[in-house]
Amino acid sequence: MTNTISSKNIKTLEFDALIIGGGGSGMRTSLELAKSGLKTAVVSKVFPTRSHTVSAQGGITCAIQSADPNDDWRWHMYDTVKGADFIGDQDAIEYMCSEGPKAVFELEHMGLPFSRFDNGRIYQRPFGGQSKDFGNGGQAARTCAAADRTGHALLHTLYQNNVKEGSNFLNEWFAVDLVKNSMNEVTGVIAFSIESGEVAHLKAQATVLATGGAGRIYASTTNALINTGDGLGMSLRSGFAAQDMEMWQFHPTGIYGAGSLVTEGCRGEGGYLINGDGERFMERYAPNVKDLAGRDVVARSMVLEILEGRGCGEDKDHVFLKLDHLGADVLNSKLPGICELSKTFAHVDPVYHPIPVVPTCHYMMGGTPTNIHGQAFTRRNSEDVIVPGLFAAGEAACVSVHGANRLGGNSLLDLVVFGRAAGMFIEKELRSGGGVNSASDSDIDESLERLNKLNESNGGFDVAPVKKELQTCMQNYFGVFRRGEFMEKGVAELEVIREKVENLHLSDKSIAFNTSRVEALELQNLLEVAEATAISALNRNESRGAHARDDFPERDDDNWLCHSIFDPNDKSLSKRVVNFAPTTMDAFPPKVRVY
Amino acid sequence: MLEINLYRYNPEKDKFPFMQQYQIKKPEKDIMVLDLLHLIKEEDNSLSFRRSCREGVCGSDGMNINGKNGLACITPLSDVLKGNKLEIRPLPGLPVIRDLVVDMTEFYNQYEKIKPFLQNDSEPPAEERLQSPKDRDKLDGLYECILCACCSTSCPSFWWNPDKFVGPAALLQAYRFLADSRDLEKDSRLEALSDPFSVYRCHGIMNCVAACPKGLNPNKAIGEIKSMLLKGKNSKNLITSDGATK
Repeated sequence: MTNTISSKNIKTLEFDALIIGGGGSGMRTSLELAKSGLKTAVVSKVFPTRSHTVSAQGGITCAIQSADPNDDWRWHMYDTVKGADFIGDQDAIEYMCSEGPKAVFELEHMGLPFSRFDNGRIYQRPFGGQSKDFGNGGQAARTCAAADRTGHALLHTLYQNNVKEGSNFLNEWFAVDLVKNSMNEVTGVIAFSIESGEVAHLKAQATVLATGGAGRIYASTTNALINTGDGLGMSLRSGFAAQDMEMWQFHPTGIYGAGSLVTEGCRGEGGYLINGDGERFMERYAPNVKDLAGRDVVARSMVLEILEGRGCGEDKDHVFLKLDHLGADVLNSKLPGICELSKTFAHVDPVYHPIPVVPTCHYMMGGTPTNIHGQAFTRRNSEDVIVPGLFAAGEAACVSVHGANRLGGNSLLDLVVFGRAAGMFIEKELRSGGGVNSASDSDIDESLERLNKLNESNGGFDVAPVKKELQTCMQNYFGVFRRGEFMEKGVAELEVIREKVENLHLSDKSIAFNTSRVEALELQNLLEVAEATAISALNRNESRGAHARDDFPERDDDNWLCHSIFDPNDKSLSKRVVNFAPTTMDAFPPKVRVY
Repeated sequence: MLEINLYRYNPEKDKFPFMQQYQIKKPEKDIMVLDLLHLIKEEDNSLSFRRSCREGVCGSDGMNINGKNGLACITPLSDVLKGNKLEIRPLPGLPVIRDLVVDMTEFYNQYEKIKPFLQNDSEPPAEERLQSPKDRDKLDGLYECILCACCSTSCPSFWWNPDKFVGPAALLQAYRFLADSRDLEKDSRLEALSDPFSVYRCHGIMNCVAACPKGLNPNKAIGEIKSMLLKGKNSKNLITSDGATK
């Protein structure tokens, strides 16, 4: 890999469809395509079951009418629209909530080991922001669960069924950049095998970004180390827009000091948060549903308690999640994974002691904008323009079903519903003769530039310290609460960091399983995501959902009831209308969001 | 200071693997072995190892830590340090690609061999297939496997016959499907395991149980498979669709 790589000296592998990422959305897309007979490959930088979907715990939210035979997907839709603080697209939310049951039953038929009620149906637990009867019927229990290991069960089930259908995996291959032809069509990617170092041009009629989130832009995150926004980094570098990048979810209960996730299912099962005075403080912030308010609401309440001196511990810098009153039986049967994580990372057994927790970066609501078929679009002259050949699904995409704040259990639903939708659409499209034109040699060479520059670096900046700088900057200036003057400082710092990130030094040029090369390329992706986040956050002058500004504390529907679109070409932010046109019912109009 | 000895091997420049010693200032608080490896990598970025979730659920960072297989991310230094010394090697029994990274192809091949997916060709209902909580409980201790390979690579039978002995990890999954009330292929699953190698190379050494970082018990599952095979031999028709419980 040390000599300059060019279109002349790499091989081309040709596919109908290429899926970048082997997590839940990628493997649901590939499963659909494997059954179609189209030539498909999943490019995954880790063996698929190591993807971050494996860490999802509490469940998959869906109105399957198990806990409540009268449950209605429209109630789920209402909750999701409200949870999104009214900037989720209602056509997409309608699609997700109404198609959801089908997608969940398919998972069960594939073998997913859901927990069960006595009648043999799938177990459902209450989660935050859930209601019956459009908010009028009290708390719903709508989250389908396999104990507190639902993500693990789901990801393994999807992998198993991909094995069954004979899906083609390029495991431990790293996608570097999109290949784009002169007509702005995406024609595949440049990728290399991490094990052998072999670089290849992977050519495809459809390229799906299923690369997950990028929580590693923050110093403290529940996300896996691999969540570096690789797909978004690639699409931003190719000049394609990103949507709602200021919207990052801080999960209320990350383990203090370690960042590991403690599922909202703990509060769904009856656990609650207490401050340093032992007070159940959520009663003050959300009198109706208390600890099961939206995640943004709970996270902010926790930070306020800490800021006002009512935190727990020596430094009063966290709060406690109390579970002991649930008893050992409930904890061991419903929350066994949490008991394990808590003992390992917090050194407490929740059967006896509360778990120290703090709000921790958890989920990227924004991403590559797509329609409900997974087709990516960018913006030109204030119009949506489909990018031929490019698709996105799951956390990497912004379809947008989560708007300004995702409800718990909706991410697993998102990735199976829209992974499946993308697969179905691509099959139909390619079967009917759709596709893209080829890229020229110079187009391919252009996509090799970043890798070549890194491979040829003789000096420059080391990866580890620059990554820390970036993460600290994002943590300090773009956290739970934000303020214009601080964010301006953050944006300025990121400009300096960009200089370094574009001049990284790869001191180890070896070929075989060189993880330092991968980490350098990942850092460059993190920077693209961080910059899009920072500029979007600085420019949205209101507070909505997860985006809470001290200097603009109110929601401003007159000016900001809209998506934000970040254009990487001139680093500008523009507005895009939110869809208020579901096909089978009237839209839910914006109203004051209280829990 | 801590004295850390790491197995190093880069196929491009090293004719043979060797142990490299690193002196690391002892951290003030207890950290995980993975955190320690990250500290070392910050100083020497030529070191390669796999990692992803850093919380013990993805199975990436199985390695041999002071002689015992485990996941680096959930192994506290205080549990494994001998005095101030620590030795970390790749998982044993599989080819080394580089440093702590092993080639897991054989391991994954065995997993695929047991048909690790639910087999039920009957027309599914419009909703989910029903399963009683009691039947669902039978999957506990089985489905949680994270494919880290700590068990199979601690098993002498697997070291000898990685191509023929299915190994504890994949056998645990074989039993996960045998025990699932929704699976209809119990006979063919057992048939595929009835040769002298697939299951019967397990001699109950139990290293797998000691090694599993998730507290699972492949040895017990293998015992269940063996007794199902035995019952099948004595009276073929004893193995019914819910044969796991008969």
